[in-house]
Amino acid sequence: MTVPQKVESETATTDVATAQRHSPLEHRAAEFERRSASGARGVRLREEPFLTQLDLRTPPGGSSAASVAEALGLPLPAANRATGDEHDAVLWLGPDESLIVAPDGRAESLLRTVREAQRGGSGSVVDVSANRTTLRLSGPMAREVLEKLCSVDLHPRAFGPGDCVQTLLGRVVVVLWQLDREPGYRVMVRCSFAEYLADLLLDAMAEFLDG
Amino acid sequence: MLLVRCPWCGDRDEAEFRYGGQADVDYPADPHQLDDATWGEYLFVRANPAGSFDERWVHTAGCRRWFSVVRDTATNEMRPDIPRRRESR
Ligand SMILES: [Zn+2]
Repeated sequence: MTVPQKVESETATTDVATAQRHSPLEHRAAEFERRSASGARGVRLREEPFLTQLDLRTPPGGSSAASVAEALGLPLPAANRATGDEHDAVLWLGPDESLIVAPDGRAESLLRTVREAQRGGSGSVVDVSANRTTLRLSGPMAREVLEKLCSVDLHPRAFGPGDCVQTLLGRVVVVLWQLDREPGYRVMVRCSFAEYLADLLLDAMAEFLDG
Repeated sequence: MLLVRCPWCGDRDEAEFRYGGQADVDYPADPHQLDDATWGEYLFVRANPAGSFDERWVHTAGCRRWFSVVRDTATNEMRPDIPRRRESR
């Protein structure tokens, strides 16, 4: 029986993992670029890999929720909403569940911050960054593209910047989050479904490719 | 297609949900005391009214929460379940 080698220090292991990691759609970056279009009827697609994502469970309205919000510097969102901006945000996932989103590399410090705020109260926070990758869909025709795949009303009268829903695009569960009025959206999708979703979106974008 | 109202997310397409069957089917207090027919009844036999039916749904593609509604099985009209005592079941 072989004795497992002693694991390297956690920091060293993390650095190696960061250097060697691959995002689900990195091999298609050039294709996304080629099949994106600018102009008045343009729509662009790119991957935003490795966003920090933490799943936060906290009873709504309690003292734990208040101290977490204070530690994050962001209010916890109402249903179907996001607070913050594209760099630091909290997304509503359910009545006692949110997704904290931040730039790559922030997981450990955010976990510490939130756990400190939850100390003595109830709730949990878990790093789920590896669960999903993120697609950024933007441009004047971005809403038209999504409307081919989605049953939620995305018209500006019903859906705008800061709105965020979990729904189906085609046959896959996503977190759909509108960032700005252009419109620009983030679509967060489980890594194993990312290729399928990219194919769907590119197909829906095809009619806008030649202006 | 039905429009189903999730109590948390609002109106969503039926495709986002899974059906959970009749609501408030109590687990037997002591299953080991049941004969096969009674256990079978508990597992498989459900009410089948033409009209109001209390039932469970789960918002699988959304907030993933379970909830109850009253659906009219003849018209598919759905309204929120009002919590109440169900001593007759
Ligand atoms: Zn829901």
